[in-house]
Amino acid sequence: MSRQRLPLNPAGERLEALLRQRIVYLDGAMGTMIQQLKLQEADYRGERFASHPGQLKGNNDLLVITKPAVIRDIHRAYLDAGADILETNTFNGTSIAMEDYAMTDLVRELNTEAVKVARAAVDAFKAANPGKDAFVAGAIGPTNKTLSMSRDVNDSAKRDVTFVQVRDSYREQVDALIDAGADLLLCETVFDTLVLKAALFAIDEAFEARGFRIPVMISGTITDASGRTLTGQTTESFWNSVRHAQPISIGMNCALGGEQMRPHIAELAKKADIYVSCYPNAGLPNPLSPTGFPEGPEDTAAILETFARDGLVNIVGGCCGTTPGHIAAIRRRTEKYTTRPPCASPSSRSKPAPRSSISTSTKACWMGPRR
Amino acid sequence: MLDGAAAMTKFLNMAATEPDITKVPFMIDSSKFDIIEAGLRCVQGKAIVNSISLKDGEESFVQRARLCRRYGAAMIVMAFDEKGQAATLADKIRICVRAFGILTEQVGVDPQDIIFDPNILTIGTGMKEHDRYAVDFIEAVTEIKRLCPGVRTSGGLSNVSFSFQGNNKVREAIHSVFLYHAVKAGLDMAIVNAGMLEVYSEIDPELRELVEDLVLCRREDATDRLLEAAPRFAATKTEGADTSKKNEWRKLGVEARLEHALVKGIDDHAVADTEEARVKLGKPLLVIEGPLMDGMRVVGKLFGEGKMFLPQVVKSAKVMKTAVAHLEPFMAAEKVGGSTQGSFLIATVKGDVHDIGKNIVGVVLACNNYAVTDLGVMTPTEKIVAEAQRLKPDFIGLSGLITPSLDEMITVAQELKRAGIHTPLLIGGATTSKEHTAIKLAQHYDGPMVHVGDASLVTTVCSDLLNPAKRDSFVGDLKTTQTEMREAYEKQQPAVVIPLAEARQRPLITTAPVQPAPRKPGVTLFERIDPAAVAEIIDWTPFFITWSLKGAFPQIFKSAKYGSEARKLFDDARVELDDLIRGNRFHLRGVAGLWPARRVGDDVEVYADEAQAKPIGRFHFLRDQRLRPKVTTCRSLADLVSTQNGDHLGAFAVTAGQEIEDYAASFKAKDPFRQILIQALADRLAEGCAEWLHREVRQELWGYAPNEALTVEELVDEKYAGRRPAAGYPACPEHTEKAELWRLLDADRLGCTLTESYAMNPAASVSGLYFGNPQSIYFDVDNIGRDQVEDYAKRKGWTIEQAEKWLRPVLGYKT
Repeated sequence: MSRQRLPLNPAGERLEALLRQRIVYLDGAMGTMIQQLKLQEADYRGERFASHPGQLKGNNDLLVITKPAVIRDIHRAYLDAGADILETNTFNGTSIAMEDYAMTDLVRELNTEAVKVARAAVDAFKAANPGKDAFVAGAIGPTNKTLSMSRDVNDSAKRDVTFVQVRDSYREQVDALIDAGADLLLCETVFDTLVLKAALFAIDEAFEARGFRIPVMISGTITDASGRTLTGQTTESFWNSVRHAQPISIGMNCALGGEQMRPHIAELAKKADIYVSCYPNAGLPNPLSPTGFPEGPEDTAAILETFARDGLVNIVGGCCGTTPGHIAAIRRRTEKYTTRPPCASPSSRSKPAPRSSISTSTKACWMGPRR
Repeated sequence: MLDGAAAMTKFLNMAATEPDITKVPFMIDSSKFDIIEAGLRCVQGKAIVNSISLKDGEESFVQRARLCRRYGAAMIVMAFDEKGQAATLADKIRICVRAFGILTEQVGVDPQDIIFDPNILTIGTGMKEHDRYAVDFIEAVTEIKRLCPGVRTSGGLSNVSFSFQGNNKVREAIHSVFLYHAVKAGLDMAIVNAGMLEVYSEIDPELRELVEDLVLCRREDATDRLLEAAPRFAATKTEGADTSKKNEWRKLGVEARLEHALVKGIDDHAVADTEEARVKLGKPLLVIEGPLMDGMRVVGKLFGEGKMFLPQVVKSAKVMKTAVAHLEPFMAAEKVGGSTQGSFLIATVKGDVHDIGKNIVGVVLACNNYAVTDLGVMTPTEKIVAEAQRLKPDFIGLSGLITPSLDEMITVAQELKRAGIHTPLLIGGATTSKEHTAIKLAQHYDGPMVHVGDASLVTTVCSDLLNPAKRDSFVGDLKTTQTEMREAYEKQQPAVVIPLAEARQRPLITTAPVQPAPRKPGVTLFERIDPAAVAEIIDWTPFFITWSLKGAFPQIFKSAKYGSEARKLFDDARVELDDLIRGNRFHLRGVAGLWPARRVGDDVEVYADEAQAKPIGRFHFLRDQRLRPKVTTCRSLADLVSTQNGDHLGAFAVTAGQEIEDYAASFKAKDPFRQILIQALADRLAEGCAEWLHREVRQELWGYAPNEALTVEELVDEKYAGRRPAAGYPACPEHTEKAELWRLLDADRLGCTLTESYAMNPAASVSGLYFGNPQSIYFDVDNIGRDQVEDYAKRKGWTIEQAEKWLRPVLGYKT
């Protein structure tokens, strides 16, 4: 059935072609890589923000302006290790997240510079490796706010922000990323699906305004052994809540190591009619190990190898605690496996698949008061 | 005027993250689209918009559909266009196909997110043009789904039978006949009053024939014929006979209704009835002291007479809680406190985590209008004493399941005494007994100390102690009995203890060759054991014992006394278990270890490899020293392991995890029945998990019985080779051995730890050793002599006092 869609950008076409051929590699951690450099307050400030009020140490997104070489070097290291897709250093690049640093008016510049730094790394890599391709994904974080939970135990209906505020804040970031030339967008570390839906809303508006679209990856976060997102969704509900956005991929990242992520990835692999991504942390946090995470490159790679072997994934990479060494090991151990074929789209089947969030049976379902 | 958008926002925000809700879609229904949009801004999951249509033209339809798509909502699309509602088959199809084209091609909606409602209209009106309404809808469903692949269909059902308003019997028949045919034609969902739906096959055949004529438009005179016959069917009044009888009690006076609700555990009308009683009686306190207490007295009486059972009593408690919760604000406003029967402080002692029994006692007491303060599990002695001083309760209850808790109870009694407290002290828990209380505990306390063997006995004990007329004689009798028991015990000839050296000459001799070496030696972690597989092999008998329903499963269902309650409880348990599993509310985890092992005296050493060079661990066993009739041996579990190279020993720990414990606790305030039900299920799951893992070990890890194929009954009957005794149970009664097991398995990583009394926390956990020897059996070890205590102390590196402390329950001599 023909569904109207806006034309895709050329880089998006190349990415789709690559995904049909083989497993595609994301880069690894940015935050924990920066942490290891032990940058000081002055490094974050540079000259330009010398007198900016409050502490800036920890505002990693700012480094694309004050220490671009640091970010570029990390990007390069990941490309050299075998990553196909770089994530821009824009996890907190929204006015909502930047409020803590009193830098809400810097959002457009931060995102623009972040794409430039990543693009420069990609261009240099392609020049040095003719025939190889690489992509810049505009990273879109979850913000530090939630739309589904209340902080006030006495008023569960209370919210710190509104859907419209979150959507408009994302719109600013998305506009900047697209205008600066991001090849695709990656909404990641989603702990509240409603916040993600606000981002997807903004993205859809931004595409419509421009008359074209770029691929959108979605990556959620199951926070603990409960098997649910922070706001209580199961993996399947999460998938059903976002498929309307027609993303290129759905997957999981952060909070868990690969081992704990497996059941959720396996479920998505079974259900999703699009590509599946997985970029876990290097195990569960362990404050005693140098990176703060227990798994070395071979550990993480061995786990992801089983995912690739069992046909669960199309896009893999690393989240917190992973390094270029991890990405190299992951690529080395997984590239011999074929990429997962996406499930048949439910609407292309002769008989519509039952939507299990309503009912797992094919029986009709009655809505109404029960006696 | 209601602010629709604000009300919609508030409601959806409140419901947003409820775990049961996040699994299903919200249907957001409003005639105003801005209210629908306000709702869509609050829903993290999939929503369904009810509804949009072409009624206001294409532009507004496209704009609304685009918003729905951006919010990720599915949409109900009514078969309506600029000219009005589609009534005929042709119009229904035309409008839906047109809407489908716009939605998929222009707006980019996924066909899966479209639900067409082609209008269910009223039949049997007497107007000829209405005769085909039902048939047209049914045929439209098939056609629309053929022409618009991927979409769903729905309809509002009650419309179809409006013309028979007042005759529910006929309406129900029309509804189910209509649905029967519409579902066959492909209808996916409908808005239905499930209370007004007859089962198709149970419709009177004559009525069904008449109704089908009408619905399927098979005869011109169908309406007339049904109209003529309708009064006959209405008059038979079989309609909802059950329901009407079931609801008969609603016609009673308010006091009687409250009593009925309490006795039957029906929560539905508790608030309304309580409010009615409050208005009628004038003061909230009068409601509590009047009808509510009267009802609870009936519950208490029936319970005491064995005519009601624990599960029912716990449900009554919920009704009471609901009623009292409704009255509390009024009492606060009047600044009066409710009067209670008495106050009760209850705790599980330090080092122990078991609280199902304690919770049941709490509920039984609350049911009988006692104010219960529950200090929870692992309660430090100081806290019990401090709370006793602060609250000055009428009773203090101590609970404990594992044997070290018996010692803790002595400490609590001594400390209460030291603080000058004489409040009656009630003792309960699986390892406590009347004898133990009399002989070991009572002398450490000045006040009365009563052993309560069963939750059902607690109110009798309490009311006797509160009744000035009975109290003195009760306490007098108690003291006399306890003194007599103590004296009898003192006078008792000490049992014959066989000297340890001699006992060791009489070991358990097994003739079976040792089992082959494990296929997978070392430690294996199971991070996620399939709950459905475990649920299949649950042994349900102990579940019923938890609820004081005595009898083996499944024969208990045939019991004249407990059968029907057991069945109800089991049904509740299955529903809950299903929800626990489907809701992913817990994770069963386990770890098993298998090592080369060798017996050294009464110890067993375990090794990292077959060379058995240097032991990595050591388990200490006790040997029975009692002279037993017909048993000539003095057994020790160590006897089951060879003194030669080549044998093996295993160990395991499993847990149902903290999550299920927390989930159970979340019901404590509102629904104690569910709390206890979930706790009891958690215990069963942990035991089932131990059974599952043991089978896994026999078939796979150790692999000495790869082809074993036992039924659940055979598993429960232990028809397999090998045993899994647990530290703290009769064959190896000493609890501290769990520490060695924990160390070797690194069992802390299961999220299950040992308390200072070596109880496993969370409580729904099981651990033990694996003996592969096919002649392995369970047996009792007790009557430990002083010589073995000295020997054991030496082996464990303990002082004699330490050894006596941990071996106290099995000592064969008086300390």
